[in-house]
Amino acid sequence: MMIPACRLADLPRGEATRLDIDPPVSVFHTDEGELFAIDDTCTHQDASLADGWLEGCEVECPLHASKFDLRTGAVDAPPAKLPVRTHEVAVEDGMIYVRLSTDAPNLPPCVAARLAGGPA
Amino acid sequence: MRTVAVVGASLAGLSAARSLRKQGYDGRLVVVGDELHRPYDRPPLSKEFLAGTLGEADLALETDDEELGVEWLLGARATGLDRTERAVRLADGRALRADGIVIATGAAARGLPGSEGLAGVHTLRTLDDARALRDELAAGGRLVVIGGGFIGAEVASTAYALGLDVTVVEVASTPLAGPLGETMGAVVSGLHTDHGVRLLCGVGVKGLGGERKVDAVLLEDGRSLPADIVVVGVGARPCVEWLEGSGVALDNGVKCGADGRTSLAGVVAVGDCANWYDPRAGAHRRVEHWTGALERPAAAVATLLAGGAVEPGTPRPPYFWSDQYGVRIQFAGHAAGADSVTVEQGAVDDRDVLAVYRRAGQPVAVLGMNQPRLFTRWRKQLATA
Repeated sequence: MMIPACRLADLPRGEATRLDIDPPVSVFHTDEGELFAIDDTCTHQDASLADGWLEGCEVECPLHASKFDLRTGAVDAPPAKLPVRTHEVAVEDGMIYVRLSTDAPNLPPCVAARLAGGPA
Repeated sequence: MRTVAVVGASLAGLSAARSLRKQGYDGRLVVVGDELHRPYDRPPLSKEFLAGTLGEADLALETDDEELGVEWLLGARATGLDRTERAVRLADGRALRADGIVIATGAAARGLPGSEGLAGVHTLRTLDDARALRDELAAGGRLVVIGGGFIGAEVASTAYALGLDVTVVEVASTPLAGPLGETMGAVVSGLHTDHGVRLLCGVGVKGLGGERKVDAVLLEDGRSLPADIVVVGVGARPCVEWLEGSGVALDNGVKCGADGRTSLAGVVAVGDCANWYDPRAGAHRRVEHWTGALERPAAAVATLLAGGAVEPGTPRPPYFWSDQYGVRIQFAGHAAGADSVTVEQGAVDDRDVLAVYRRAGQPVAVLGMNQPRLFTRWRKQLATA
């Protein structure tokens, strides 16, 4: 499924935008002009990676120190141990779309427990 | 270099071992730890672990597929460093010869003199400490926390959520004034009173009451606070006694250059026991922060492997976080020396704040309460300033 994120013109380089789906997904526009979409929630604790420190193709969780590679979702250092999912990004007519991965997400324990409980 | 010994098996020691492998060291690598546990994460000990929402398996710092090729010597305490033999002496009499040594022995919680052997009195530094405290908190009752610093505040917050009756005693007039300054120290420690946790400031502790088990905290002004459980959170001291007489210069921990080098060739120090030179501050700083223990070993290991011939980069400003009463507190930089603090976003009364500390108009530190996005921007700006 292709989900519209926002207009490319509305997402400056160095910025991220969060899609409030469950679990949330974020689109990053790097300083070099590339677009990437990953799961927005750090796999360690409930924190939004869209609020994090973007540098090159890596985003550092805004709370702690784990960095995720936007290209692969891989994590580099504790406290997070698991990667985030990556999603396909497409731009059509100036609009950014995300095609969601069908893999199971790696969510931190508190968020996973909330989702397992079903819709609130 | 054929053998490297990392003395200390917590975050800084593990980060050093990872950095060694990442930087191409393929020789023998031995990590010595005085606890029996493999490296584990300490920040949750005062929060999620104490509250019972995270278990011991969640604290592991290593990933399941991690192959570092490390020989773990756990339950082994270092008692000396022999510079001529280039060996680490262990409490059981063994000696571990090594070409390179990484000192990562951390810090130990300070206790309250006279409280030894009194049941119900805790410090919180290790997993074993946390297990004991968690079991006791589960029984409920009256908790008195001695010390209004971050550990004390986090324990108070967790215990409050568990339904205990909590009092925090702080000898200074404002808790957290050291790291945060008077103004913001008062704002952050206001979280206690917001939630009905008693905060007594400007009064020292004279001693503890009770025979075999604590029953009161006795204050210097004559008051006596009834207590079933007492947590002593009055800071930590670097674990460097074992280095006395070794030739490693000690001064508030191991005195290091900006690259982690010590006064002995082939020996570097990282983590809470290391008093690094900070070029930004123009002074040595011993920083007991998780992020420092994670990030700095890479520089120290580069120094070790290069035989001291690398130019150290400028480290990022110190950063730490704390979660209290559901509020995320983040801080970066040095508050000391700031001549102003301005709230840039939010309101102190709402405990929703982004505050910037400046010296002569230049930002030197930033504090966020529930402001992760804005905080990250300011932290980035501090790093590039």
